[in-house]
Amino acid sequence: MRYLPQTDKSRAEMLKTVGVDSVDALYTDIPKSAFVDGLADLPDHQGELEVERALSVMAAKNIAASDVPFFLGAGTYFHHIPASVDHIIQRSEFLTAYTPYQPEIAQGTLQALFEFQTFIAQLTGQDIANASLYDGSTAATEAALMAMRITKRKKVVIGTPLHPHYRDVLASYMGNIDDSVLADGDPDDETACVIVQSPDFFGCPHKYDAWRKKCDATGALLVVVVNEIISLGMLPAPTQADIVCGEAQSIGVAMSYGGPHLGFFACRDKYLRQMPGRLCGMTEDVDGKRGFVLTLSTREQHIRREKATSNICTNQGLCALAFTVHMSLLGEGGFKKLARLNHEAACRLADALGSIDGVSVISKHFFNEFIIELPKPASIVVEDLATCNIIGGYALEGNQLLVTATEMTTEAHIQEFIETLSEIL
Amino acid sequence: MTNAENRGLHYEESLLWEKEQGDTSGVDLPPLENMPSRTGVEQRKTIGLPQLSEPEIVRHFVRMSTWNYSIDHGFFPLGSCTMKHNPRLNEKVARLSGFAHAHPMQPVSTAQGALELMHELQHWLAELTGLPGVCLSPAAGAHGELAGMMTIARAHEQQGNAHKKIILTPDSSHGTNPATAVMCGYEVRSISTKGTGRLTVEAFKEALYKTDDKGADIAGMMVTNPNTCGLFETNILEISDLLHEAGGYFYCDGANFNAVVGKVRPADFGADVMHINLHKTFSTPHGGGGPGSGPICCTEELAQYMPVPTVIKAEDGSYALEGVDDRPTTLGVLKAFQGQFGMHVRALSYMMSHGADGLQQVSEDAVLNANYVLKQLSDDYHVPFDGPCMHECLLTDKKQKEYGVSTLDIAKALVEYGYHPMTIYFPLVLQGTMLIEPTETESKETLDSFIETMKNIAADARDGRADKFHDFPVSSPRKRLDEVKAARKPVLRWKEVA
Repeated sequence: MRYLPQTDKSRAEMLKTVGVDSVDALYTDIPKSAFVDGLADLPDHQGELEVERALSVMAAKNIAASDVPFFLGAGTYFHHIPASVDHIIQRSEFLTAYTPYQPEIAQGTLQALFEFQTFIAQLTGQDIANASLYDGSTAATEAALMAMRITKRKKVVIGTPLHPHYRDVLASYMGNIDDSVLADGDPDDETACVIVQSPDFFGCPHKYDAWRKKCDATGALLVVVVNEIISLGMLPAPTQADIVCGEAQSIGVAMSYGGPHLGFFACRDKYLRQMPGRLCGMTEDVDGKRGFVLTLSTREQHIRREKATSNICTNQGLCALAFTVHMSLLGEGGFKKLARLNHEAACRLADALGSIDGVSVISKHFFNEFIIELPKPASIVVEDLATCNIIGGYALEGNQLLVTATEMTTEAHIQEFIETLSEIL
Repeated sequence: MTNAENRGLHYEESLLWEKEQGDTSGVDLPPLENMPSRTGVEQRKTIGLPQLSEPEIVRHFVRMSTWNYSIDHGFFPLGSCTMKHNPRLNEKVARLSGFAHAHPMQPVSTAQGALELMHELQHWLAELTGLPGVCLSPAAGAHGELAGMMTIARAHEQQGNAHKKIILTPDSSHGTNPATAVMCGYEVRSISTKGTGRLTVEAFKEALYKTDDKGADIAGMMVTNPNTCGLFETNILEISDLLHEAGGYFYCDGANFNAVVGKVRPADFGADVMHINLHKTFSTPHGGGGPGSGPICCTEELAQYMPVPTVIKAEDGSYALEGVDDRPTTLGVLKAFQGQFGMHVRALSYMMSHGADGLQQVSEDAVLNANYVLKQLSDDYHVPFDGPCMHECLLTDKKQKEYGVSTLDIAKALVEYGYHPMTIYFPLVLQGTMLIEPTETESKETLDSFIETMKNIAADARDGRADKFHDFPVSSPRKRLDEVKAARKPVLRWKEVA
């Protein structure tokens, strides 16, 4: 077995040193009835060639966004990732390191996390950000739980259309809290927070001033959720919010059939000690040289046990690194231009789709995704398009289809989409 | 920072924002058409992002990478974390375009290969644990714990057992265990393992019957097995029987599955539900702190309550995702989409490479390596609990403390001598603990070098050379860092000095 360096000779020597005849003598604490009889009922080991071949066959059964006209977004987006991003994150020193608990020999990971936190704070217009969370759905949920801790209230209000999976996750977590309420609309005096997704699930960007006023009037916190983070290159920063969180997969992280993605979480300074997740902070070593450490861990489970702010003990370290490298490459000019390219691609797609007989663009305002109305059920159209090797979008209720364009969308893709859609309808 | 501070291959590197800023992006993007905005809101103003070219960015991160220790550098005996070799094949297959560029909500007819992979992984995990219900969606170990405990909570709720409000857990458990139980609305009752390192039937009974002589208020227990002292819970069959009699469920924390994978099935020692850390036992890279992946496996009885989605195979051989509508008894969803799919690909690649025979060898070599280290260090270091151990061994600094050398000093000396230290000050049941997990991917030669270093450290302490430890490490990119300062006045982001 190529991954196991011990040999029969070394094993025999070690058993002798330990003072037992066989390795089974080391398992004597285990009840006999718990042992597998012989080997597990699974195939034997395989070589690299065989494994790669078998998995390549499985991969080839999927439609890849890189191979076809692709217009599906809805919380996960197909964007270009510069080659140097993957090169950096595959360096052994980043890929095969552990959580930076020994900061003297983990400064690379730590400085990258500090830069990640800075990027997120800048993009969201917030004071501080953590070192990432699992994904957008759990980040939004953690925001609601944090707002409940801060306000000591148990009602969460959804203000604008929230990604349905995020809502489902939030509902599952809130099911653990007695007397908690999940509602839609405006906050009232019992509301811990109002969640405003922007652009919302249907692609529409929102303004925050009115929500801020409603929150100030009721004492609720304003939580802004962003799941297309590239939109922050064009849309104003949600500076009015108390917490800004969501999904940052669009920068540097492949869609990968739903994960791993990259949850982010930013908030105002005053809520620092209620924040979930890891934080990287600046300090210095005994020689006065600047360095970084994980800090404020007194909030966390390994110190606080049952009194922790959350049970989270990992972040999405390598995805946060990919994001940081990609953001660094883009820079101020590149990031804003990328946002505009996405918007222009969506504008061109909207104009092209709107020109089809029987199809109308419903969304007035959008960033890179919008709703169209079809003359027949969208779920059927999506399946029909798939048989023509086009991933057409996310089928909403009835005849409405949510479609997305990014910088990956070419004129040829749009043409093929329009022609095929015209034939199908 | 200036280049004057660089020496040999040791480089200093400023933050991105502190560098001389350029005017080109490191990504050349196609030209804009300058179409009018249809966002309906005002334009974003200056963000304050840095602006540098690709070579500057690549050098920045490559230099930073050289400040990290990793499993590819050397021995990484971090107890309870299973830092084993990460095969690059797994990285390669996860990047196949059919996996990397599949969208989680594309029609299932266009994602049959991804679903097949998940179904196959479910099968392997079910077979290895003996627990047939598998949900792959939890994003990490702690998330898997939450999924498992919520499954138990859902079962009790559906069965009308609202009075079951207490979760038992040993005082040696991971901090996530009590934190998770509380998130599920449970009260935590700790079971003492002090002095034994293991659960005793007496201590367990005392906790089980403390407030009800039938244990009727007990919802379940959370036990890591093998436990965090590196020992198998010898009384686990009797304990799980008592728990089941009282109507409680056994949540097994699967952090230490590497000790028994392919050899012992947790279902056969009474586990009702457990999580598996794919990033430990099945070698998906730790990546400097994630992404992890923490699928759960459970009994057929509990499977109806576990989170969705699960991949199911139809009679015609096609695969589908089972959702809330298909299984109304489920507790719901705990994460958007299907979980950390990229980690599922890597883990299955690892499993197929090892096979049933290789996985059994994995656990045997992991256990042999740990026992070898334990035996070789047992004269120089205090061994609190008699062996044999499982895949990790526990030492303390009791002998070194007499000479003014602590566990922290030993850890920092290891850093100085080119090792990543073991897990220190965990578990909390004893003073100055050191938990050493070699894993199976280390050779005897590596273990012997480590043992020699540990013996030298013990000798230095014994011979009155304690002073040399207190400054360690001195050869690492940074010396000991001031963690108190970091926490007292938190600086969590770069800001332009006004």
